[in-house]
Amino acid sequence: MSYSYKLSYLKQLEAESIYIMREAVAQFEKPVLLFSGGKDSIVMAHLARKAFWPAKLPFPMLHVDTGHNFPETIEFRDYLVNKIGARLIVRTVQDSIDQGLAEEEKGPNPSRNGLQTVTLLSAIEEFKFDVAFGGARRDEEKARAKERFFSHRDEFSQWDPKNQRPELWHLYNGRKNPGEHFRVFPLSNWTELDIWQYIAEEELELPSIYFSHQREIVNRQGVLLAKSEFITLLKGEQYEEKTIRFRTVGDMSCTGAVESPASNLEDIIAEVAAARVTERAARADDQRSEAAMEDRKKQGYF
Amino acid sequence: MEIKEQKREADLLRFITCGSVDDGKSTLIGRLLYDTKTIFEDQLQNIERTSQQRGEEYVNLALLTDGLRAEREQGITIDVAYRYFATPTRKFIMADTPGHIQYTRNMVTGASTANLAIVLVDARKGVIEQTCRHTFIASLLKIDHIILCVNKMDLVGFSEEVFNKIKADFETFISRLDIADVSYIPVSALQGDNIVNRSESMPWYEGPTLLYTLENVHLGSDLNLVDARFPVQYVSRPQTTEYHDFRGYAGRVEGGVFKPGDEVMVLPSGFTSKISAIETFDGPVAEAFPPMSVTITLNDEIDISRGDMIVKPNNQPQTSQDIELMICWMHEKPLVKGKKYIIRHTTREAKCLVKDIRYKMNINTLHKIEDDLNIGLNDIARIVIRSTVPLFFDDYRRNAATGSLILIDEFTNETLAAGIIL
Ligand SMILES: Nc1nc2c(ncn2[C@@H]2O[C@H](COP(=O)(O)OP(=O)(O)OP(=O)(O)O)[C@@H](O)[C@H]2O)c(=O)[nH]1
Ligand SMILES: [Mg+2]
Repeated sequence: MSYSYKLSYLKQLEAESIYIMREAVAQFEKPVLLFSGGKDSIVMAHLARKAFWPAKLPFPMLHVDTGHNFPETIEFRDYLVNKIGARLIVRTVQDSIDQGLAEEEKGPNPSRNGLQTVTLLSAIEEFKFDVAFGGARRDEEKARAKERFFSHRDEFSQWDPKNQRPELWHLYNGRKNPGEHFRVFPLSNWTELDIWQYIAEEELELPSIYFSHQREIVNRQGVLLAKSEFITLLKGEQYEEKTIRFRTVGDMSCTGAVESPASNLEDIIAEVAAARVTERAARADDQRSEAAMEDRKKQGYF
Repeated sequence: MEIKEQKREADLLRFITCGSVDDGKSTLIGRLLYDTKTIFEDQLQNIERTSQQRGEEYVNLALLTDGLRAEREQGITIDVAYRYFATPTRKFIMADTPGHIQYTRNMVTGASTANLAIVLVDARKGVIEQTCRHTFIASLLKIDHIILCVNKMDLVGFSEEVFNKIKADFETFISRLDIADVSYIPVSALQGDNIVNRSESMPWYEGPTLLYTLENVHLGSDLNLVDARFPVQYVSRPQTTEYHDFRGYAGRVEGGVFKPGDEVMVLPSGFTSKISAIETFDGPVAEAFPPMSVTITLNDEIDISRGDMIVKPNNQPQTSQDIELMICWMHEKPLVKGKKYIIRHTTREAKCLVKDIRYKMNINTLHKIEDDLNIGLNDIARIVIRSTVPLFFDDYRRNAATGSLILIDEFTNETLAAGIIL
């Protein structure tokens, strides 16, 4: 036996994610893949195709639409869904607001980030999904660093970080009581750099906003927000044109850009490898408080 | 037969920090990240701000992994945090595990996928029960490399004597365990001595720093390339026009090498067939080996479902309903002899009955306790179970994937124990 029986690191990560996805589909009845149109969910959709090929995806994709998206993301979402022949379900935060399930934040620039949880949970309820694939990675954020691959949610969809099930070897216990569900995170062990290297290796397509372009932005306390109907300028603020790109894709109201000339994957990989701040540093939603992510997650956020 | 160790380029090391509560595990991980410059500026600002608010003298590097609100409030680790970093020589996945005895199950979680354990000891306290428990669990889980870090050397005047005493105590303890490789390093996680940079306060220590040791520890392959094992995860029947008659068995290779044309046997039925192809999204492959996730098709139509195992007829796993196990019990509710539990083993789920409790381990002395067989939270015991259907397994030391199982509560669905097949 020889030296050649060795998978590259990215192929090992890929094999692990495929294993996790198949395990979830085997253990649950109604899976769904949470799809935001961002790079992580694009990688996840690709891995799902690999996991179930030659069959089609054995689950639909769910987009929880805040209505505050970058138009490029939505365009790309529809393009990809069509290309891979997936089934897409869209549920909107606006509907949750109209139904009186959620309430818009007060203030000049309400964020709908937190409200996504309400819409997500009612979609899970509506379709009786019992497992939802999320693209969260442990390297993203300190609360996510604690998450299991198979993460249990009680009947109120809450995460109890102080009392997670032990998760041993790669034996995943997806057993649950009626009304409970699971979140499964196939990308847990991937880092931002792994994702980019994999995108390059697999030649995956991405929404254009990940690549460098000219855009009007406003600098709000260090977060560079793109000009859009969802932003109201505060006193003393003004738009300026910059060469920017986005490291993550979220709502226009809270996703910050980075100044960058990186217009292709090679440059982006070099930039990510040398980055001095995390990708979430540019997210206004995470800057709200120290445990912002943990608190949202406990409530049932992605 | 000896499993030949594969000489492979070591590209990834998965390690944990463990040891008793407050021995400085999280601080040490933070120090590793900090001194290798893998902390991001916003993360550093964040913990600087928090440390300041809390009126702490130093930047509290433990906050890099103690990410939960409750952890920060109590100053302890509750659950494993995973962190990723790389140096030019290696990639590392590290798991910072909790020292508190109440959360031993989370330590086991982190340890079950690690190749190396850094065991920390507080220089003032020396080797204590929790040090022994974690070290024993590490040896049970077949972690081949242990680095004992005697931490907080700054609080004992960087004394060589203190270090040597603790080293000798640990050597005595570990001599009774089956651990291939142990090294000893005096450190101060707080001040950074011997973590990434050599200590100026301990000129008497001539060995390598922690990072150097992590980068250079020799890693044999933990993958078994001898015994072909393919637990079927999922039967793929696309039923599309293009793949109308396709019937494939999806799974991950958990041992050995499979090639098209290989004669294989399916368990439990015992039917044999030949591999017609090994399929992937990227096209068929000439061979499949661990840890590849593939889809196997066979020449003959055989009834195969999830939980079955594809093997080679001349190298079959053990097949039995009666299984001897070492278990780490992880629940407040005690183990009950005669009670039924659910087991998950490879892709197979079954029920089992606990037939016998042979003994419980005394963690400090490593003696067997046979007169008290009450198995409660954090106990380690040897038991015998009888499963409702046969399991196909190997000795854990030969193959961790086919030699491990978990016990699940039939009513609450909670995971109760980690089981290691002997
Ligand atoms: N003087 C000194 N203090 C240290 C050193 N390492 C850690 N400490 C302190 O010891 C205390 C506990 O450190 P942690 O890193 O949280 O300990 P831990 O082992 O992670 O604890 P648990 O995860 O709860 O088991 C903190 O106050 C640290 O600042 C050291 O080398 N010297
Ligand atoms: Mg800790």
